[in-house]
Amino acid sequence: MGKIIDQIKAGKILVSDGAWGTFLQQKGMKPGECPEEWNITHPDEVLDIAKSYIGAGADMIETNSFGGTIFKVEKYGLADKVFELNKAAAEISRKAAGDKFVLGSVGPTGKILMMGDVTEEELYEAFKEQVKGLEAGGVDAIMIETMTDLDEAHLAIQAAKENTNCEVFCTMTFEKTVQGEFRSMMGVSPGEMVNTLIDAGADLIGANCGNGIADMIGIVEEIRSINSEIPILVHANAGMPVYKDGETVFPETPDEMAGLVSKIIAAGANIIGGCCGTTPDHICRVREEVDKI
Amino acid sequence: MSELLAKLANCIEFGKINKAAPYPPQLKGEDGADEITQQALETGIKAQQILTDGLMVGMEKVGVKFRENKVFVPQVLMSAKAMSTAMIHLKPYFLSGEVKQKGTFIIGTVEGDLHDIGKNLVSMMVEGNGWKVVDLGTDVKAEQFVAAIKENENAVVGLSALLTTTMVNMEKITKAVKEAVPGAKVAVGGAPVTDDFRKRIGADAYSADPQGLVEYLNATL
Repeated sequence: MGKIIDQIKAGKILVSDGAWGTFLQQKGMKPGECPEEWNITHPDEVLDIAKSYIGAGADMIETNSFGGTIFKVEKYGLADKVFELNKAAAEISRKAAGDKFVLGSVGPTGKILMMGDVTEEELYEAFKEQVKGLEAGGVDAIMIETMTDLDEAHLAIQAAKENTNCEVFCTMTFEKTVQGEFRSMMGVSPGEMVNTLIDAGADLIGANCGNGIADMIGIVEEIRSINSEIPILVHANAGMPVYKDGETVFPETPDEMAGLVSKIIAAGANIIGGCCGTTPDHICRVREEVDKI
Repeated sequence: MSELLAKLANCIEFGKINKAAPYPPQLKGEDGADEITQQALETGIKAQQILTDGLMVGMEKVGVKFRENKVFVPQVLMSAKAMSTAMIHLKPYFLSGEVKQKGTFIIGTVEGDLHDIGKNLVSMMVEGNGWKVVDLGTDVKAEQFVAAIKENENAVVGLSALLTTTMVNMEKITKAVKEAVPGAKVAVGGAPVTDDFRKRIGADAYSADPQGLVEYLNATL
């Protein structure tokens, strides 16, 4: 077991970071630009984001590498830069983190296996290339996230386990159906996810995006009903987006998010952080709540 | 005859592509959309009727189930695959003009956004309902939408976005399309999009699911 899991096993509740994508936009990144390219072209801005979450009290921060597989960066003509962009992403967060942890972000490829868009080997190789770059840049764990398809998640976990010495985490994104159940876009429920991801080798599982913290509580409960041991991470959105004055905003305030921290810990979460719309202020308040427990 | 079309509708609904396809398990070893469409043509059923009373019936069923969250993306994709397999046999009748499409739907993921899964799903469902679809791809700029609707002024335009940061581009595109072709109809969709957003940007229709868009399109006829 690795360093992060050791702390969880020792009973600690840990705090992760908040949103990166929207933060990059505030720093001047235009829609249509490759976020990962900023690790090379605007390293200081990326470092600022990483530092702001460390400053907010996070125990771990992610890397600016969510779309860092060849399938995403090739759209920007950067197919030969996968290793370099991911290594740079990891180095930036490593520099900001000091003795805190760094989670190397790995998002979905946008390719659908069952449609024959791509083969299992191609997916595996794509994830392998990315995670090797992240490890070379100094991440502690590989954070596979926002997955919707179990087969893709499985391949990503396998690629990370077999090609790095990092801890391997995996979260999926669920939405509430009209029947009030949680399912990923591909129809996977939190319960169905549990054994597949653990069998693939995940050291920690969980959910990110798609929901505010209130609904994340239900997802954590569902995971815990299947497995009482596996460490769980939650990266919740700041509520659901609303459109206001020409821009999209996430309405949940830091206090609102913080107000549910004790409940989600009671449900069984071990690491709490944010996704879309969350800011260093949200993480700062989550930190305060975690410290009270 | 109608039995054949009912079987075909069933293949589309459950995503049975051809006899060799292992999916869905309950139809294993049976003829799929590929074989049944051929048989229907051989027995003299008109291509138009195969489309309307077979394929479209199946697509509508899967569209409704998708809206009700009884099936998810994989099932819809399998249905679309079965549909496109059947359509290969009907292609000559489309080209000859024997089969008439309901109208034209122009679709694209808006400028700055490279996500195509939702756009492709919608595109397949609309096509499966008997519409001609002009797919402009991803990262589509206002000028490209304008050029496409100028070529076909009666077309309905569909805008897709997955990101909260790119959906704002829908406003600019909607305005440009309506300026170029007054009275043009614009539909919007995608994970962060809501009907409230649709109203604010002056678009004509929003649907949370592809079937709702199909119903809107049919209502414009």
